[in-house]
Amino acid sequence: MIIALDIFEPYGFQFFRNGLVVATIAGALCGLLGVFVILRGMSYIGHGLSHAVFGGAAASAVIKVNYFLGAGIWGVVSGLLIARVARRRVIGADAAIGVVTTASFALGLALMNRYGQASKSIEAVLFGSVLGVKVADIYAVALVALLGLAVVILGYRKLLFSTFDRDVAQVSNVRVSLVEAVLLAMISLTILVTMRVIGTLLISALLVIPAASARMTTNSFSRLLWISPIIGAVTCFVGMNLSYHLDTSASATIILLDAFVFVVVYAIAGTRNRAKMASLGRL
Amino acid sequence: MRQSIHSRTDSPLIVCEHVSCTYGNAPVLSDVYFNINRGEFVGIVGPSGSGKTTLIKAIIGAQPVAHGSITIASQLTIGYVPQVETVDWYFPVTVEEVIVMTRAKTKLWPRITSQERTEVREVLEKLGIADVAHRHIRELSGGQQQRVFLARAMFCQPDILVLDEPTSGVDVRTRHEILHLLADLHQDGLTILLTTHDLNGLAAHLPRLVCLNKTVIADGNPREVLTSKVLEATYGAPMEVLEHGGMPLVVDHGRVAMRGEGK
Repeated sequence: MIIALDIFEPYGFQFFRNGLVVATIAGALCGLLGVFVILRGMSYIGHGLSHAVFGGAAASAVIKVNYFLGAGIWGVVSGLLIARVARRRVIGADAAIGVVTTASFALGLALMNRYGQASKSIEAVLFGSVLGVKVADIYAVALVALLGLAVVILGYRKLLFSTFDRDVAQVSNVRVSLVEAVLLAMISLTILVTMRVIGTLLISALLVIPAASARMTTNSFSRLLWISPIIGAVTCFVGMNLSYHLDTSASATIILLDAFVFVVVYAIAGTRNRAKMASLGRL
Repeated sequence: MRQSIHSRTDSPLIVCEHVSCTYGNAPVLSDVYFNINRGEFVGIVGPSGSGKTTLIKAIIGAQPVAHGSITIASQLTIGYVPQVETVDWYFPVTVEEVIVMTRAKTKLWPRITSQERTEVREVLEKLGIADVAHRHIRELSGGQQQRVFLARAMFCQPDILVLDEPTSGVDVRTRHEILHLLADLHQDGLTILLTTHDLNGLAAHLPRLVCLNKTVIADGNPREVLTSKVLEATYGAPMEVLEHGGMPLVVDHGRVAMRGEGK
């Protein structure tokens, strides 16, 4: 009875309930979009954009502009800069991401150092803050999650085709550049609305690990789109609860839990593959 | 040297005029001129880096043309089969999902309809792999994998089939199967354009060959095109052409020399 009471203790706090809802929806959303991130080999873009948006968030805090407006515009400009630099083909897309996003991140850090009074808000963006979650954040994350779901359902075939075979999708009159722009915009929006909960430094992990774990469990694309968001949502939900009881950072606990799930799935998938190979060898 | 032997009897589906393509500042294709008429079966041959894949990609619209023009007949549907080496075989997708992908532009709802399943079954039956629809693409043999991508191209009921190295990396038996399959499709009236490295196993059997090395070196019937002079100009190495069973047989002098040294 005492244990049961302990488990439900954090639910007595409004800030925890808000944080839990946002984190769970964010986990599902990142898991859903993460499928495209890992299959397109874009893991570094999630990482890079979250760092780039940090610069915008820092600038917004310093000049007291609305966070979503400042960081959003900053993210879009960073994305366009990456695309422009990469299109010239003098350097690769990965190098373009590295240059633009680290410069943006460094600018954020410089602003944080120069204007100390804004540091609290900036640190919340950098490491995430469950305490800072407002009802408006819940609406923002829920809205982006619904938008993400609509994009994936209505654009399923185009997304699948352009992810699997870009050239042939283009030949088949799929507007591949538009599909990629929409996907990038969704990833940017996701980063924007979830950054204050789980933090810039760890958000890229949430865009990669649940999808990577899910990928090892199935060879079906449609099933992957179910399994990955479930892993993302469950690990965020459990991670938030654990973080309260263990008195650890919510973002760090969630990501460690995701990493644990990955290791377990990896071990099971490896054993299953070895068994399959052995059975084939006996034939 | 550039010769144009082929006679044009029909209205062209594709016309390439003075086509040049570059990667950065490096020219890959220069002043390419040739056309493809309805019902033809054309092979493009040339050494690695000669621009075969670039030309194919320029034709399908996946590679920008720096100079010149490629004119495609109006309402032309192109079925494209990429090199199997470029496919991500670990991608989580079944054969059926691969084939219906070409409907992505017109179909919004994610689920594959029963009508589509029937059409998939029909095209797979036609290509002799009816039982693989629900298998993951990695679980197939080399020949089956090639047929799946052929099936995807056929699914959109194309006017022309464009294949990039369809026999690359397959064994002799599979190569024969693919060649016969393509011959049957051509017999049914389909226009086919392909690239190949395989001079004896594939190119020599085609009705028309285009020898390419950055530009068109020769264009015509294999008996007219597969000559020592044309092949040396195309590949930059001496090659002898013999006749075997009424067909040209290309002998690579480098291989003959190696055998001679071995003895």
